[in-house]
Amino acid sequence: MANEFLPLFYTFHFYLFSLIALVSAIVFVTRKSPVAAALWLVVVMFALAALYVMLNAEFVGVMQVLVYAGAIMVVFLFVVMLLNLGHPSELNDIRGRWGRLAAGLLGLALVAELMALSRGGVAYNFSLPAAPKAEVLAGPAGVIGPIAAPLFREYLLAFELTSVLLLVAIIGAVVLAKKRSA
Amino acid sequence: MIDPVIFAQMGASQLDPSTTVFVIGTVVKMIVIFTIYMVGVAYSTFAERRVSAWIQDRHGPNRVGPQGLLQVAADGIKNIMKEETYPGYASKALFILAPGLAFVPAMITWAVIPFGSPLPTPWGRIDLVVADLPVGFLFTLAISSLGVYGIVLAGWSSNNKYALLGGLRSSAQMVSYEIAMGMSTVCVLLLAGNVSLNQVIAQQAHMGWNALLLTVAAFIFLVAAFAETNRVPFDLPEAESELIAGYHTEYSAMKFSMFPISEYANMITASAMMATLFFGGWDIPFTQWDNSGPHTVLKSILTFGSFATKVLFFVFFYIWIRWTLPRFRYDQLMSLGWKILLPIALIYVVVVASAVLALDASGVARGPMFGAVLFGINVVLMGVILFVLDRGRLISPAYSRLESVGVARLKNASKGRSTLNPAADKGA
Repeated sequence: MANEFLPLFYTFHFYLFSLIALVSAIVFVTRKSPVAAALWLVVVMFALAALYVMLNAEFVGVMQVLVYAGAIMVVFLFVVMLLNLGHPSELNDIRGRWGRLAAGLLGLALVAELMALSRGGVAYNFSLPAAPKAEVLAGPAGVIGPIAAPLFREYLLAFELTSVLLLVAIIGAVVLAKKRSA
Repeated sequence: MIDPVIFAQMGASQLDPSTTVFVIGTVVKMIVIFTIYMVGVAYSTFAERRVSAWIQDRHGPNRVGPQGLLQVAADGIKNIMKEETYPGYASKALFILAPGLAFVPAMITWAVIPFGSPLPTPWGRIDLVVADLPVGFLFTLAISSLGVYGIVLAGWSSNNKYALLGGLRSSAQMVSYEIAMGMSTVCVLLLAGNVSLNQVIAQQAHMGWNALLLTVAAFIFLVAAFAETNRVPFDLPEAESELIAGYHTEYSAMKFSMFPISEYANMITASAMMATLFFGGWDIPFTQWDNSGPHTVLKSILTFGSFATKVLFFVFFYIWIRWTLPRFRYDQLMSLGWKILLPIALIYVVVVASAVLALDASGVARGPMFGAVLFGINVVLMGVILFVLDRGRLISPAYSRLESVGVARLKNASKGRSTLNPAADKGA
């Protein structure tokens, strides 16, 4: 929508948010203090949300903020409450030089794969159905209609299985947190 | 889901403005909203002091300017002139960032709240909302979940045990009540059939306000909104009797002042959300005149007045509650959120969903009749909650905790005091 009548504006913001996302991601993995790292992750998530909104995927963008901002807050609390870490300067990476080298190579391989994929085009099986028409988006169910309808019709089983998975995690957390009575 | 005629009338009675008009209009709206909002925040701090004085039979600030109206400016100047202090072992960057992070989310939410019917101008129709996002409602939820960052970071970065405890309390409280809040608003979405705030308002203009159709949800939302804004009776994060000043113990001058400002900003935003989701937004009650085309300037002004009245009422309600109720204990707060509000909200979603399904299946059109049936269901449910489930345990007047003998003694004492009143004696 926006890219039709303000191409320069659109391009500028695409590169701006991409830059923010990449820089924050690098800062996020290089911080030693877990709190600082968690906060940089929030910035990454925000920049990604902005990119989604620019692609007219407002729902995904908002969910990105809603889910991840909340989740990172929980991570933050775990760090503050549960991990009794020392001062950040005392923390050392337990992996040696070879570990870092292997991680770097693996990252490069992933980037190369992404590049190859984006050049070669996505296989048909992985591509999504055609984007909903503008009339559908302006209809009574708005932008969530085209997401909700397939989710609760074609992919209902997968959706319900995901919720069972989450339930398992919740029950597991309760069992672990519950005090063992002697 | 919404009557298509009404929806078409609300949306497209005039031509869409051009891009230039859209951009200029948006900038003007941003400036106007920001100004009104900041003045509103400043004067709600003043209102808090005057209303509390009125409730406690005092005068309150009345010296600076007529009726003390310039007190706000005096406070602002004082806070800017004061010295800023930094705790020695604070994490300085976050310590400076936190007050801003507490304030900004409350302000961003206003971008999507519609505050009047569309304004006709010679250059095209201007919608009275800064950004009419198609996901408006979800946007407000996402942004309100960010408000806690400022408070938690303030608590953590101060490197003070009381501040940290305040911050942790705040986060636990917000995470708990956010769930009940989200669940209570699911019912609103069930009726509106969309997440666009304009359609939520259109549905209420058509069927009746959600406060009547979804009373239980409105009640849960109200309680959760108090917890989300850290207002009494949920102001555990800054409980001064236990935590000195909670998360802002180490702050001084203007940075300290940012926390009360963000509290009032959040309060106004929560009031606006309450008005939009449950009290018809800018809809004027008992008439369809305001939400049918063609749009006029008079309609825009009157609907804005209607919206402002509702928001101001809820701001007053917040203040009223603060000077009426005592603070919860921490375990009471948690059990209220998880064991009472969340189950009720979950059951209520099922009840409302079944009712909507049954009404749709039996061919009742979405309109006043549909609303009347839902209202009936809500009256029954509120009765069940208050008189069967609760029975005066949580929601009750203070005297219900006393023995009946004690109540009789108090009543006698109050009678005795009224006879001792010199004014009454003079008359006798």
